Amino acid sequence: MNYNADEKGYYGEFGGAFIPEMLYPNTEELRQNYIQIMEEPSFKKEFDQLLKDYVGRPTPLYHAKRLSEKYNTKIYLKREDLCHTGAHKVNNTIGQILMAKKLGKTRIIAETGAGQHGVATATVCALMGIQCVVYMGEIDIARQAPNVARMKMLGAEVRPALSGSRTLKDATNEAIRDWINNPVDTHYIIGSVVGPHPYPDMVARFQSVISKEIKSQLKEKEGTENPDYVVACVGGGSNAAGAFYHYLDNPNVGIIAVEAAGKGIDSGESAATSVLGKVGIIHGSKTLLMQTPDGQITEPYSISAGLDYPGVGPMHAHLYRSGRGEFVSITDDDAMKAGLLLSKLEGIIPAIESSHALALLEHKTFKPDDIVVINLSGRGDKDLDTYINYFKL
Amino acid sequence: MNRINQKLEEDKKILSIYFTAGYPKLNDTVKIIQDLEKNGVDLIEIGLPFSDPLADGPTIQKSSTAALKNGMHTELLFEQLKDIRKTVSIPLIIMGYFNPIFQYGVEAFCKRCQEIGIDGLILPDLPLDVYLKDYEAIFVKYGLVNVFLITPQTSDKRIKQIDNASNGFIYMVSSASTTGATTGFGEEQKTYFGRIAALNLNTPQIVGFGINNAETFDQATQTTAGAIIGSAFIKHITQFGIDTISDFIKTIR
Repeated sequence: MNYNADEKGYYGEFGGAFIPEMLYPNTEELRQNYIQIMEEPSFKKEFDQLLKDYVGRPTPLYHAKRLSEKYNTKIYLKREDLCHTGAHKVNNTIGQILMAKKLGKTRIIAETGAGQHGVATATVCALMGIQCVVYMGEIDIARQAPNVARMKMLGAEVRPALSGSRTLKDATNEAIRDWINNPVDTHYIIGSVVGPHPYPDMVARFQSVISKEIKSQLKEKEGTENPDYVVACVGGGSNAAGAFYHYLDNPNVGIIAVEAAGKGIDSGESAATSVLGKVGIIHGSKTLLMQTPDGQITEPYSISAGLDYPGVGPMHAHLYRSGRGEFVSITDDDAMKAGLLLSKLEGIIPAIESSHALALLEHKTFKPDDIVVINLSGRGDKDLDTYINYFKL
Repeated sequence: MNRINQKLEEDKKILSIYFTAGYPKLNDTVKIIQDLEKNGVDLIEIGLPFSDPLADGPTIQKSSTAALKNGMHTELLFEQLKDIRKTVSIPLIIMGYFNPIFQYGVEAFCKRCQEIGIDGLILPDLPLDVYLKDYEAIFVKYGLVNVFLITPQTSDKRIKQIDNASNGFIYMVSSASTTGATTGFGEEQKTYFGRIAALNLNTPQIVGFGINNAETFDQATQTTAGAIIGSAFIKHITQFGIDTISDFIKTIR
């Protein structure tokens, strides 16, 4: 079976481009050019150089000894939390800003939920001196003030999304509407492996540097490129797509995607799309999404702002349906405990998104000689308030 | 013959009105349709509200959110419309986003449309290639016209493909925008209208987006079969209520 996108952007039955005709020229321009541009030597050179000198890649693959001891298995952490801006998101924004330049675009738009992708986009726009508008739900603007300030310092304009539920999905709608209104000069930097083709594939390719590095780093440390398992959290699924990418076709490497169960799968406050979602269309992609029986898209919930997206990237929907990926959901409480545990055992405060991936260790028993790579997608600085409130620190 | 095709054969410029079902009040749907027909409107687009209408500007977004809050849903709309053909003969189109129809079941949805006497569908996010591959046969089976959109950015080549796939009219979006965003037509529209006229398409075109008064209606219909008004109509009934529909229509023609 093929786990990558076909020419029309389908992963099995999922993906495609379900977009109004107004967006056809924009996405078609991108579709016709993205692979060719990414393969140009000059593009590759600049991308690799920026990832090295600006982002700080390669990020370490760290053998977490005390964590390994506790769970009686061999655990490596892929340290995406050490990327510039604090998470893996910047791998994609570096790639897309270079893409936008090659396409001759002079204005960038982006959506953001918690603000991480917005900050990563504002950062690369500052780096390149390109105008940047970030759409953010009015409710998220109120609860993520530090990231709003960061984006402003970086020179971006933050526009509130006032429609619908005024969170991430509505910020995405607003960004899409902006793109409809500015089809010629503007590039839309989507932050995850979601949206119409070619976005899921393009973003996965930019993030695939994660698994490319894991392979060579593991080879050096363990004499094999292949772990027994790769574990990553999934909201839209960009860090997971990057961590899984070069292992998709290797059945000896287990792929585990961790979703946010929120207050519990059946609580009505959850973001576990693989369990609660049905096939439908969201933001131009056919995928699994949380919706009413009538096909209205519903609001998900997670303590982690980066995981509460009502859909999931079409690659992940396909990994779930085909059985290639094992999907697990982790509650707020278990994620928070795992975040605190990593801080105490290894001296690393993880983003709450990444804490969901770490919490898997309490739910699944690995063999002592298993090599388990967990993608530590981001650092916990941005979540300090949530940790403080939760643990009464 | 489908009522839409019949209407397009008449020697007049078509005035089409869009409204969101379930707005301003949940049960206004039938009265709005009857009043629009009574006031000489030629075609009606009934909006099936969606939580995430990404091609729509603030006016239609708000009306959709309000309609959903009022309790509008697919089955209820069908229920409201079930006797509509006893009182009106005007062509009726349902306009909505694809997901609610996909959840209802495309075939079941089309079948209900035929039973009620709906003449066509406009589903902006159902792309041409998917329609041709998976759904064209179903639309044809239930006698439904499918309406595609084109914009100033759509290439001649693609317009011809859309022309070939169309069986009613082409929805000509007047500018690169979401609904309700523009006021008045400029040079860009003149060039665009001229370009489309020169293509001599088989399918008649009706212009939408940016039409809100007699002047823009006349400009839009010089080289086309008609024009569609949505946001301006919704603004009117929001402000003045649904008993003043005739006042609005008088400002157009």
